[in-house]
Amino acid sequence: MAVDGIHFEVRKGEIFGFLGPNGAGKTTTMKMITCVSPRTSGTLRVFGMDPDKNPAEIKGRLGVVPQETNLDPDFTCFGNLFSYSRYFDIPAEEATKRVDELLVFVQLQEKQDVAVEKLSGGMKRRLILARALINNPDLLILDEPTIGLDPQARHLIWEKLRSLQTQGNTIVMTTHYLDEAARLCDRLVIMDNGKILVEGAPADLVKQHVGQEMVEVEKSAEVIACLTDMRIPFEETGDTIQIATDSSREIARILLEKCTPGKFTTRPATLEDVFLKLTGRTLRE
Amino acid sequence: MPSLISYPRITRRAGKVWHRNMVVFIRTWLVNFFPPLVEALLYLFAIGLGIGSYVHDINGIPYVNFIAPAILAIAVMNSAFFECTYGSYVRMYYQKSFDAMIATPLSIEDVIAGELLWGATRAVIYVIIMLPVLAAFGVISLPLALFAIPFGFLGGLMLAGIAMCFTAISPGIDTLNYPSFLFITPMALFSGTFFPLTLMPVVLQYIAFAVLPLTHLVAIMRMFTLPSFSWLILVHFAWIVVVTAFFCLLSINLMKRRLIV
Repeated sequence: MAVDGIHFEVRKGEIFGFLGPNGAGKTTTMKMITCVSPRTSGTLRVFGMDPDKNPAEIKGRLGVVPQETNLDPDFTCFGNLFSYSRYFDIPAEEATKRVDELLVFVQLQEKQDVAVEKLSGGMKRRLILARALINNPDLLILDEPTIGLDPQARHLIWEKLRSLQTQGNTIVMTTHYLDEAARLCDRLVIMDNGKILVEGAPADLVKQHVGQEMVEVEKSAEVIACLTDMRIPFEETGDTIQIATDSSREIARILLEKCTPGKFTTRPATLEDVFLKLTGRTLRE
Repeated sequence: MPSLISYPRITRRAGKVWHRNMVVFIRTWLVNFFPPLVEALLYLFAIGLGIGSYVHDINGIPYVNFIAPAILAIAVMNSAFFECTYGSYVRMYYQKSFDAMIATPLSIEDVIAGELLWGATRAVIYVIIMLPVLAAFGVISLPLALFAIPFGFLGGLMLAGIAMCFTAISPGIDTLNYPSFLFITPMALFSGTFFPLTLMPVVLQYIAFAVLPLTHLVAIMRMFTLPSFSWLILVHFAWIVVVTAFFCLLSINLMKRRLIV
């Protein structure tokens, strides 16, 4: 079973994220929303409709950016968007106009007559984003929208997603990049083993589950003994010790006064800390 | 799990998949138009004139005229079969085109139905290209031979359905070689194509009649191009209709099972 009894609601105009290790059930959830995978039980309503009964109506109002690049290699950039518009019954004249606008939006207007194999990875992802917008979707579903992209290309995609949200679009996305989730998502869920572990705004989740700040100390027997003595909760990871806290000053003072630490740093707590705390550090296949 | 012969929900959107393939076909028309043209000439010269100079006639029919309908039937078989095996497999597995399509209002049933219709259309296009060549050599009889065009669609649909079943169960593109070499190639030789079925042992004749789709395709094509009709056309036609319906439905359900997880 890929997904087991999950419950979530997405509000209009928000960016909603699905996070989780590989095999958590994110893509399966996306496939159920996009009417591709059937459910064994439970209720799912997209725009108030049942994916089993009205898949065509639902899909007509969705824009989907899949994890795998599946642009049509038999067409150019323009051809990809134009041929896709036909599947949505968009009249040719309107489609041409829309394709031109979208190519400008994703900054590919100069590439419009180029075959898709000639595009870089980032360009392909942008073209897929444009393709997902061809039908003016009410809901945009993105499965790992920036996977494998360089920082420049990721920032450009983020910028586009932000501007789509400003225009009133609702976006659901999955991602492995926690900085991406923290930056973009209004609310998100963290999934593991087909279940939702937590739901909330990124900042709230960090506060609730980790605290404000994180102190990282070089691992040594003295420090461990000292922290245990002081009854300060900590976590060992590799060659560092992590202490989640709301006051790094206080921890730093105690460390310096009592524990003779090696190198140590303090930093703000992040979504990654929440993620690792909740899903553990075991490698997933 | 839906039954393998349940009736799929196909809508007119299947036409959009057909249209996509047609657009690509026309854009690359040069590479697509030559093979059938060359194939017709090759068969005519190598077998028609080569073997034909030893075998002058079969039951009073000039040898070249005897094989002309077989050339058409084999072209129908090959074009539809290879389109819906290798062609569809590439679009499904390597290009992920089906995944992209089912993210739109198209359903997987629409997509596969569109692919089948396209395979059949490709067979028709091949017949249309070959007919003038055969007519120019005077080995078919017009205008009745023109029936080969609409009939090419039905025959193409049958082979497309059979091909799509193989595509749906093939673990990889290489394993599609098995049906090509073990089914299509022998069928091209032993279906009453280049020599009459009656030359084979009776048991093999029955087998060819019972299970080889090309046997029925060639028989009907021959009735159109000679022309020489008999009541048997009804039997051949019925056989083709039943087999076409069965394999087209089966292929859609098999594909659904393969792609919907």
